[in-house]
Amino acid sequence: MVRNKIGREIPERYAKQYGVFEGAWARKPNYKRAAAKVSTIYPGESKLLSSIREAIEKTGLKDGMTISFHHHFREGDYVMNLVMDEIDKMGVKNLSIAPSSIANIHEPLIDYIKKGVVTNITSSGLRDKLGSEISKGLMENPVVIRSHGGRARAIESGDIHIDVAFLGAPSSDEYGNANGSHGNAICGSLGYARIDAKYADKVVIITDNLVPYPNTPISIPQTDVDYIVVIDSIGDPNGIAKGATRFTKNPKELLIAKYANQVIVNSPYFKDGFSFQTGSGGSALAVARYLKEDMIKKNVKASFALGGITQQMVELLDEGLVEKLLDVQSFDREAGQSIKENENHYEIDAAMYASPASKSPVVSKLDVVILSALELDTDFNVNVIVGSDGMIRGASGGHSDTAAASKMSIIVTPLIRGRISTILDKVNTVVTPGESVDVVVTEVGICINPLRQDLIEHFKDLPIPQYTIQELKNKAYEIAGTPDPIEYDDKIVALIEYRDGSLIDVVRKVKE
Amino acid sequence: MERLRRAMMFLPASNPGMLRDAYIYGADSIMFDLEDSVSLKEKDTSRFLVYQAVKTLDYGDTETVVRINSLDAGGRDDIQAMVRAGIDVIRLPKTETAQDIIEIEEIIEEVERQCGREVGSTKMMAAIESAVGVLNAVDIAKASDRLIGIALGAEDYVTNLHTKRSPEGQELYFARSMILHAARAAGIAALDTVYSDVNNEEGLRKEVEIIKQLGFDGKSVINPRQIPIVNDVFTPTEAEIENAKNVIHAIEEAKAKGSGVIALNGKMIDKPIVQRAKRVLMLAEAANLYRKGEV
Repeated sequence: MVRNKIGREIPERYAKQYGVFEGAWARKPNYKRAAAKVSTIYPGESKLLSSIREAIEKTGLKDGMTISFHHHFREGDYVMNLVMDEIDKMGVKNLSIAPSSIANIHEPLIDYIKKGVVTNITSSGLRDKLGSEISKGLMENPVVIRSHGGRARAIESGDIHIDVAFLGAPSSDEYGNANGSHGNAICGSLGYARIDAKYADKVVIITDNLVPYPNTPISIPQTDVDYIVVIDSIGDPNGIAKGATRFTKNPKELLIAKYANQVIVNSPYFKDGFSFQTGSGGSALAVARYLKEDMIKKNVKASFALGGITQQMVELLDEGLVEKLLDVQSFDREAGQSIKENENHYEIDAAMYASPASKSPVVSKLDVVILSALELDTDFNVNVIVGSDGMIRGASGGHSDTAAASKMSIIVTPLIRGRISTILDKVNTVVTPGESVDVVVTEVGICINPLRQDLIEHFKDLPIPQYTIQELKNKAYEIAGTPDPIEYDDKIVALIEYRDGSLIDVVRKVKE
Repeated sequence: MERLRRAMMFLPASNPGMLRDAYIYGADSIMFDLEDSVSLKEKDTSRFLVYQAVKTLDYGDTETVVRINSLDAGGRDDIQAMVRAGIDVIRLPKTETAQDIIEIEEIIEEVERQCGREVGSTKMMAAIESAVGVLNAVDIAKASDRLIGIALGAEDYVTNLHTKRSPEGQELYFARSMILHAARAAGIAALDTVYSDVNNEEGLRKEVEIIKQLGFDGKSVINPRQIPIVNDVFTPTEAEIENAKNVIHAIEEAKAKGSGVIALNGKMIDKPIVQRAKRVLMLAEAANLYRKGEV
């Protein structure tokens, strides 16, 4: 076992293969980017194929290859299941899949793993059923969890080499110029997919909306695309926004949001031209509403909002409170619509969003980010991947990317969830290291990381109860009791890669 | 010491999550309801929950109040448990006469003696919810030294009057005035009834403005989202705070000089002005607009 900088034990073989986490800024690589193999296409040749099956055949997909998908349709995605079903029927085995993330709708993967069709997975996250199956030891090889920026880095650096990318697109022409903002099932930005298109050897665009050439705007250009397949339906547009709350009426979430907003508004970063990112959870969305009120009241405008973009962000753009939206992923239909109509709502790819090994990602210009947590510990380490039952159920997302690079990262979380404390001595699994976390906001008050003495000094008169992280933990333990630790076996079911490619933690099999 | 009771938040005692989080929303008092909002089959478990909550959880400076059932419907058991738990205030529902108070007080005292709590440490408040109760308000308010306040419960009251509540609230003026006068005559707090339409923030604000102008100390609320609105209406303006600071500054200066007559900007400051200034500063402090001692 090798202990990394935050004391997590990493088995020797993985430590050797990936290196262990040595600090958020320990790796500053000079490297040559990977490149895709290209088969040129001559005038008159058609890229249009008649079926997914034909596409799989034409790409030359073989046992042991790596294929990828994007998760812009979130819970509404049909593409991955359709492609996997066909691959299974064709008898291809031993594939590595590298989707940008995996949703509940992709539950059929469990069968493909059991049948040996899929033997390796890398993803931002795993949801309920697949997550728990994997935590119970479904797979021989550990899943590699990567952040959105970390995945882009891994693809750019060649750590992930994609043989074939199957990319759903709400609109495409016959040469593969594709975007996510026009069509029946729009998903807005295609930010994650653009990296796959650029670096995969073979790129298949799967669309239900073939439009006359040339299709613009061009998110994925024809120069990257080998084949186009037209099918009846690529996804359910309603599924895109599933899970993203409209607006919470839950008083506890509102209180947390109010506190988080007070932290932002009273921070040294809240001035004309500031930038921010919020998530799509209840509290995070509510922060946007409070923030809007204060931006109007204090006449402060933001230069940009980043990230997963929601309707709330679109409203801020429309009302002139935010100058630009930089959108790697659209969380709802309104965001998808806005990217189509508003030139200040701009689509960016995942590497530009957050890759630590690009020539500077946008997160490096980010002032404030609001993030959630499944668990947080007294070292400020954050877990967003494993539930308090030890089962994988979350996603790394842009958590560690934005937390590391932003000037102030705010974690919003209730002190207790259900009957279990959110703040612990040690989180089950670390996704974001404590050094990247600046302020924790709960319903009972806030806590500032002692590494940020500047913020402690700055916020000393803030009229919100302030605690040390130990005090917050004690408050929770007094109510909920001290949780028994989850018992794990030795078997490693997932590797948690930090955005720079080192291992920040591993997930072990839950003892049954 | 006098304390603020701007918002008193009602919550059903049967909900553990609410019991746990009740103190975080900024209510000056929280009222665990064992009575109308708890179904018959949950009475015992709810009593147990509140007992454990009050014993175990740290409610900080928030005043804890429990609304008990009538004596013929489990009220005696409620008192037994609540006094032992160390609740701040026991609230009587549907109080009609001074005798109602006296009966409950006797039981409270008995339990205090049994469990070794200081006699008189458990305070009481009474909800007046009928025409008889309103007419007896003065006697009720003076019935016990334990009473810290009386409150109007309007829903039952308007039914009793053969009317219903209106947005303007004309039907409540007599009761509100009676209860307010009775409270002031007895030197205790006067608390207004709930505003049931949780989503009508404007309506709530208007009603709080009315009862504040009448002289009420605060209002009962049924949802945490109502608390900021109540507190906001009770928050003094900058000019009021400035003026109050000047008044306190002037009396402190006069005290230091040993001067008996105190004047500010040529006007004499008398006792009511000082009292008002103190209350303004308390309200300002609660709204984080003033820090104690800063004049």
